[in-house]
Amino acid sequence: MNVTLRIWRQANASAKGQMVTYQVQDVSKDMSFLEMLDMLNEQLSVSGEEPVAFDHDCREGICGMCGVVINGLAHGGAQTTTCQLHMRHFEDGAVIDIEPWRAGSFPVIKDLVVDRTAFDRIIQAGGFISSNTGSAPDAHAAPVGKLQADRAFDAATCIGCGACVAACPNGSAMLFTSAKITHLAMLPQGQPERYLRVKSMVAQHDEEGFGGCTNIGECAAVCPKQIPLDVISQLNRDLIASLFKKDGK
Amino acid sequence: MAITGLILIGFLLIHMYGNLKAFSGADAYNHYAEWLKTEVLYPLIPKGQFIWIFRAFMLAAIVLHIGAAWHLTKRAHAARSTKYVAKKTIQQTYESRMMRWGGVILAALLVFHLAQFTVQAIHFGFKPGAGAYEMVVAEFQMFPMVLLYAVWVGVVCIHIRHGFWSAFATLGANTSAKAREVLNALAWVVAVLLFVGFMAMPVAVLAGVIK
Repeated sequence: MNVTLRIWRQANASAKGQMVTYQVQDVSKDMSFLEMLDMLNEQLSVSGEEPVAFDHDCREGICGMCGVVINGLAHGGAQTTTCQLHMRHFEDGAVIDIEPWRAGSFPVIKDLVVDRTAFDRIIQAGGFISSNTGSAPDAHAAPVGKLQADRAFDAATCIGCGACVAACPNGSAMLFTSAKITHLAMLPQGQPERYLRVKSMVAQHDEEGFGGCTNIGECAAVCPKQIPLDVISQLNRDLIASLFKKDGK
Repeated sequence: MAITGLILIGFLLIHMYGNLKAFSGADAYNHYAEWLKTEVLYPLIPKGQFIWIFRAFMLAAIVLHIGAAWHLTKRAHAARSTKYVAKKTIQQTYESRMMRWGGVILAALLVFHLAQFTVQAIHFGFKPGAGAYEMVVAEFQMFPMVLLYAVWVGVVCIHIRHGFWSAFATLGANTSAKAREVLNALAWVVAVLLFVGFMAMPVAVLAGVIK
């Protein structure tokens, strides 16, 4: 199949970017979207042009690096990562728009690559548990109910790709932050720092310049890990509770 | 935003119920209007004073609601400083997209509403100082006024359709996919109830049932 790509090209963080059109011929339907971009880059290298910079790492849908907006939707709207999106999703002769995540807190580094270290700083603000080191505890020393374990696990599948921010009309990172909050709030290990955690992480989220949540739901609709929208209510519950409760009491 | 929004929805539900008193005739309606203005919580609070406490409370709720909306809008615009060249949406509702501009429209028409019925600075078909019943009957015998009122109430109800569910989600009530369905369904019920309830009286006046 042949496709026409309109790709955001931006030389560096301060340069002005624009959409540039490229043709890619003889693409296999079984290729992943990234393999198709690799083909384009080979073609560009041969002709002496600068290849398109895009982020990627594991190429098996678990690292969250390869986020781009395809045809106006994060990861093409397929609720998967770009590496797991295959060319069979597109028609022969399709015109495909590819843009980076657009968020003030995710500045473009080059072309389709954005700086997502704002997420790291939100995690550093409280997305962890403090624990004394020593020998490994006995299995089942801290029992966890099945429902809580499932909910914690579902939330923990967040790979921090940033699709929620890219899709949100407010540029909010609430789904990401809430997934981390919910993951730890469901488990006994997360309890000692529960209320300080939610305060610090929300404060850092706002500090980074992400927008506020207005419960639109675009984030959950594009999340490659299907993190449900209700984790945001979990964060809100914990945040309200943190007004009245202190950790360890 | 959520708390003030729910206060305003609560007010609208009571206001709508009060308007339906018009179906009980001029005396009942005027008596109710008079009671609101002078006798609520009397003798605990001197006559005619509760209304001012209540007005201050409503004004505070409105100002805080608009302030929060302004703050959220500014943050949202800063968070998406560069716009997408091509952007599509998957699941957002029309109501949720209309929150900001709908809010501006309904606030402007709220000023018009208060200028007519509370301050009586603007008056169509009735003289200043007219009783509550006389005022609404004169007003809503005019078709354009009923139409404008319908548009306004429509905008308010569209705002509430998203606002009701969103307020509860913000307060932590969206605990599961099922809760989300229930809250959205309730939001529909409240929005439709308010629309029907508020439009009943003007339509009845226009149709000549109330005169």
